Amino acid sequence: MGRYLLRRLLIALPSLLGISIVLFTILALAPGDPFGELASNPAVPPEVRLALRAKFGMDDPILLRYFHWLAAMLQGDWGFSFVSRVDVDTLIWQRLPATLFVIGSSQILALLIALPVGVYAATRPYSLFDQIANTFAFIGFSLPTFFTGLLFILVFSIHLDWLPFVYRSDLAATGWRWYWEEFRQAIMPIAVLGMFQGASWTRYTRAAVLDVIRLDYVSTARSKGLREGKVVLRHVLRNALIPVVTLVALQVPAIFGGAIITEQIFRVPGIGSLLISSILANDTPVIMAVTFVFACLVILFNLIADLLYGWLDPRIAYR
Amino acid sequence: MAGSTPASLTVDRGAAREGLAPQVSPALDAWRRFRRHRLAVIGAVILIAMTLAVVLGPSLWKVSINDIDFTSRLEGPTLTHPFGTDDLGQDLLARMLYGGRISLAVGLAAMMVAVLVGTLIGAVAGISRGSVDAALMLLTDLFLSLPQLPLLLLLIYLFRDALKGLAGPEGGVFILVVAVIGGFRWMPVARLVRAQFMSLREKEFVEAARALGATTLRQVMRHILPNALGPVIVAGTITVAEAIIAESTLSFLGLGFPPDIPTWGRLLYDAKDYLDIAPHWALIAGAAIFLAVLAINFIGDGLRDVLDPRRVM
Repeated sequence: MGRYLLRRLLIALPSLLGISIVLFTILALAPGDPFGELASNPAVPPEVRLALRAKFGMDDPILLRYFHWLAAMLQGDWGFSFVSRVDVDTLIWQRLPATLFVIGSSQILALLIALPVGVYAATRPYSLFDQIANTFAFIGFSLPTFFTGLLFILVFSIHLDWLPFVYRSDLAATGWRWYWEEFRQAIMPIAVLGMFQGASWTRYTRAAVLDVIRLDYVSTARSKGLREGKVVLRHVLRNALIPVVTLVALQVPAIFGGAIITEQIFRVPGIGSLLISSILANDTPVIMAVTFVFACLVILFNLIADLLYGWLDPRIAYR
Repeated sequence: MAGSTPASLTVDRGAAREGLAPQVSPALDAWRRFRRHRLAVIGAVILIAMTLAVVLGPSLWKVSINDIDFTSRLEGPTLTHPFGTDDLGQDLLARMLYGGRISLAVGLAAMMVAVLVGTLIGAVAGISRGSVDAALMLLTDLFLSLPQLPLLLLLIYLFRDALKGLAGPEGGVFILVVAVIGGFRWMPVARLVRAQFMSLREKEFVEAARALGATTLRQVMRHILPNALGPVIVAGTITVAEAIIAESTLSFLGLGFPPDIPTWGRLLYDAKDYLDIAPHWALIAGAAIFLAVLAINFIGDGLRDVLDPRRVM
């Protein structure tokens, strides 16, 4: 397992490098000048502007600029926010926990929906339950997260007045009260994201279990006299999860996309809403850094998927 | 016993009937199988109705999309305004019809970009072995692990002004949105096409064509590609739905089309501040996006049964 993990890590590095090249190319190709603001500012004399350009290496050849930029990123020197006058990495470290909390909880919720429903539907194919679950799954992943979010606010915040629709990071309460308030404000963003993911995972799980459940080794397990529950959980589910993990890993970028929208709707102070606000404020260093953080998160989650693979199918890990 | 539970009910019934039925053309057979998929037919009817509405609607419903009328702000549905009005008293039916044109057009155009790029890359990778194939698949994997929405936002943020100057505010953003959305959706198509090419190029009929002296290009265009298109059509259908959602997402975040162009996502973005006093506004725009996406997904599911019976996901 250790060697397997090392190998996956070594494969992750080139993708990180690839993403950094893509990011840098986009920035380098983009029209407009990061010093455009200075150029239009009459208080900055042209000599100063040229000196600044030389200092930041703006006139160097592109390959040299890329390596400078990469070295700075690796050393944790992510620049300085134009708008909030804070180092970019401090800003991101402040915002990251909220994002990870919302994404992590929603993925757990999605699993809690998808696994039982998908397995139960697949063990009774074309039953009433299966058809209802299928229809709901279709509706679930056809409802865009921004619309579900608004619907939730409309129903639970405006009509029923049960839940707050603005996420606050500075809750006044303490102790149990704090946990309760935190739970109340987090429940809608988590539910919106979790239901969207859960709907498509339900379909994957159902299809994968359906593929596995009629295989001979499952009949063998049954004929040994194992209980049906044990057959499904230990024999069927473990093999069925292998293709599901592949599909989930492919969807990781989409999960982060959904998280950005959800954070924006419920004003969760995470890096997604940071990205949107810095785009609206033309804060280029923050935009670049947040995009890079999202790329790293995608790769991190793909690594976790690889580890799950190794656990589900030891043949992969020991090859 | 392996796989004795059919991937889909309709496929199996179709297969059972094929033995008995007299010779029918493949198109008729496909239509018969599609017709048996009830939800797909409903989806097709909804989508055709929506397309007709947005194409013909503006010439039948001759209310301007930007007639401001402060005496009827934020009205619910009435006879004069069947979908109600927004915060400036503009007629929502007219705006929905106009915006639907853009939303659906972006979906279709982005799908075409994705399918063209994906087919090209998948075909080149699938027909050439060795390093070209490996390099193209590396590119595909790289694109699959890119964080799409942040990059989409970054690209639009950086290139919006330049393209606005080139092709006008509406056209520039349209080209940009279509190119960027399509540019991030081609990977599944490329993988599908490559897999199809890998298996098809070893089949006897391709070997026969090769033996008869057909050039590689002719083998691909005449023999391999037509047989590989089934799954591509299915993936393309789903891509339309994804592209519509992607465009609505951009507009919803306030970063898509300019504010005066009422795409469905933009309507939802404007409506979200009036949820408490004018919920009809957000509900109508959101329902339109939802219905279009649901209909397309149902059609895709039906087409999958018709064209790609083995795959179930």
